[in-house]
Amino acid sequence: MSALNLSYFAVFKLILTRDLKLALRNKDDISNPLLFFVIVVTLFPLGIGPESNTLAKIAPGVIWVAALLSSLLSLDRLFKGDHEDGSLELMLLSPYPMFIIVFAKVIAHWLLTGLPLMLIAPVLAASLHMHELSYQAMFLTLLLGTPVLSFVGAIGAALTVGVKKGGVLLSLLVLPLYIPVLIFATSAIDTAAMNLPYDGQLAIIGALLVGAVTLAPFAISSALKVSTN
Amino acid sequence: MSSLPLLSAKKLTCIREQRILFEHLDFDVYAGELWQVEGPNGAGKTSLLRLLAGLSQPYDGHVEHNGNNITDVAEEYHQSLLYLGHQVGVKAGLTAEENLSFNLALNGYDASAAEAALQEVQLLGFEDALASHLSAGQHRRISLARLWHTQAKVWILDEPFTALDKQGVAKLEALILQHIDQGGCVIMTTHQDLVLAKSRCQTLKLEYRYF
Amino acid sequence: MWKWLHPYANPETSYHLSGRLVPWFAAVSGILLCIGLVWGLLFAPADYQQGESFRIFYIHVPSASLSMGLYLGLAIAALCGLVWQWRLADSAVAAIAPVGAVYTAIALITGAAWGKPMWGTWWVWDARLTSELILLFLYLGVIALSNAFDDKQMGGKAASILGLVGVINLPIIKYSVEWWNTLHQGATVSKLGKPAMTMDMFYPFVFCFLGFAFLAAVIICIRFRTEILARNSMRPWVRQLVSPQGGT
Repeated sequence: MSALNLSYFAVFKLILTRDLKLALRNKDDISNPLLFFVIVVTLFPLGIGPESNTLAKIAPGVIWVAALLSSLLSLDRLFKGDHEDGSLELMLLSPYPMFIIVFAKVIAHWLLTGLPLMLIAPVLAASLHMHELSYQAMFLTLLLGTPVLSFVGAIGAALTVGVKKGGVLLSLLVLPLYIPVLIFATSAIDTAAMNLPYDGQLAIIGALLVGAVTLAPFAISSALKVSTN
Repeated sequence: MSSLPLLSAKKLTCIREQRILFEHLDFDVYAGELWQVEGPNGAGKTSLLRLLAGLSQPYDGHVEHNGNNITDVAEEYHQSLLYLGHQVGVKAGLTAEENLSFNLALNGYDASAAEAALQEVQLLGFEDALASHLSAGQHRRISLARLWHTQAKVWILDEPFTALDKQGVAKLEALILQHIDQGGCVIMTTHQDLVLAKSRCQTLKLEYRYF
Repeated sequence: MWKWLHPYANPETSYHLSGRLVPWFAAVSGILLCIGLVWGLLFAPADYQQGESFRIFYIHVPSASLSMGLYLGLAIAALCGLVWQWRLADSAVAAIAPVGAVYTAIALITGAAWGKPMWGTWWVWDARLTSELILLFLYLGVIALSNAFDDKQMGGKAASILGLVGVINLPIIKYSVEWWNTLHQGATVSKLGKPAMTMDMFYPFVFCFLGFAFLAAVIICIRFRTEILARNSMRPWVRQLVSPQGGT
C-alpha cells in the first residue's frame, strides 16, 4: 500500500488552487454576487429616500444585510458544480480526510466572495453617508464575519446540494443562523460611530468565527455524505 | 494468498424511496475474481456498487474489506479502492491534464504521471484542451486514465465501456484481465457483452422487486 | 443497561406501543387542560397591573416553553439517529417538527394578543418574541428540508443534521437577540416573562402546562405512527395493516 503522498497542507492547497483556478476562468461566479451586493445597497436610498441622516443611520444594517444576501447567492454554487459532474464523489472517496477538503473549499469560497465584498464595502458605505468613525469597524466586522457566513452557509449548501431548486430552501435554512453575526456586527459599527470601544462585539464575532471554523466542517462533511447517498 | 475475501457484502439491504431494492445480500469477492452485476434497469445495480464503494450507507448490513468493516477502515479502504461511477468527475473548466493530475493527487498518487496516463487513453495532444471543448467520450477516457496508474486492489466500475470505441473496449478488457491476474478484483456492470474477459467473469443477478 | 429499550427500536413494536399510549395521554391531557384553562381563564385572580388581559399568560407561556422543549426533544432524537443509527429517529424528528412549529406559532399569536392591550401595537420586537420568531423559522427549515427529498431516509438524515445545527445555534441566537434588545429598548422591561406569581396563579399555570405537554405528546404519538407507516410502507406488516382484512 503506497504511503499517501501529500501532507494535509498540500491537500488543502491542492483543493484551494483548483477551486480558485476554476472560478478565475469563469469570472461570472465572482462578479455576479458582487454586482448583486452593489445593487441591493443601491435599492435602499431609492426605497427610503436620499436624506443623509436616515441613510447614515441605516448604513451598517444595510451593508450587512446586503452582504448576507449576496453571500447566500454565491453559496448555491459551492457544491452544486462538483455534485453534478461527479467530482464530489471523487472527493468523498479520497483517502484524505473530508475535513480538509471541505475546509479548503469554504476558504476558497470566502476568498472569492467575502474578500471582494470587504474591499468594495467602503465605497458603498460612503454612498450611504456612513459615519467616518465606523469605517474601521465595518472593515473588521466584515473581515471576521464574512468567513462565518461562508462556513455556516456551507452547511446549508451541503444539505441542499441534491435538492432540485434548492436555492430558496437554502436561504430559509441559513438566514436564521446568520442572525447573531448580523446583530453583533451592526452593533459594533454603531458603537464605533459613537466613538466608543467595540472590542466586545468583535471578540464575540471572533468567537463565532472560531466555533464555525472548527465545527462547521464536520457538519458539512456529514451533510455531503447524506446528500450523495 | 489471503483467505479473506477482498470485498464482502454481509446481509446488505438497500431501500430507495421506500422501495426495497435488495435484502440480506451476502456475497464475497476474492482476489483474482471478476464479477459482473446483471439485472434490468432499476434493479439496484448502481446502488449495489455505490454501497460496496462506501458512497451510500445501507439500510441494514455492512460491507467488509479484508475482514474489516469499511466504515472502520475508511482511509485504508479508500486507498485500495478505485470507483468509476456514472458521472466522470471531469470539470469543464479545467484542461484534460489538470483534471487528471487533480484526480491522481487526490487519491495519493504522483500528479506528474498525468501526461503518461493520458497517452494510454489516446489523449496525448489533448492535454491542454479545456474539458469543455472535449466530447463525452473523451471525458470518459480522462476518467479511465486513472486505471493505468493506480495501486488500488478493488476496482468498482459502473458501465466503464460507455462511449468507448471497439479498440478502447478491447484495451480496457485487457487491462481488467491484467489487474485480476495480479491479484486485484473487479466488480462491474455493463450492458455490453464481454469478449476477452468472458471466460473469467462471474455473474451476480439482481431481480427487479416491486416492493 | 438500556437493553429493555432495544425491542422498541423495531418499528412495528413502537407503532403498537404509541397506539396504546394515545388514549391515555389524550385522557390525561383533556382533564388537565379542562381544569387548567377554566381555572386560569375564568377563576384565577387578575393581575393587579395588567388586569384581565393577563390571562392569556396561561396559554402563551406553556406554549412558548414547550416550543423550546420540543425543539430540544427533536435535537435529542436527531442525535440518537445520527450517532446510534436509531432508525425510528427520522420518524420522531418528522413527527415532532410540525407540532413544535404550531406551538411556536401559538406562542407568537398569543404574544401579539397579549401585547396589544399592553403596548398598543400588535407586534413589538421584544427579545423573547423575536427569539420565538426565529425558532419558528428554524422549525420551518427542518420541515421544508425533510420534505424536499423524495427518499424519506435521506430527508430524515438531512433534517436531523439541521436540527442539531439549530440546537447548537439556538442559545447563541437567543443570547444575541436579548443583547440586541437591551441595546435598542433601554429601560423597557419585558412583561412577557414569568411575573411574580401567587399560589392561586401558579396552580392553574401548572395544570395548563402539563395539559399542553400531554396534548403535544398525543399529537406526536399519532404523527409518529403515521411516519412509521409511511417509512415502512414496503414491509409485510404494514401492508397487512392497511389491507381490507387488517386490524387497527
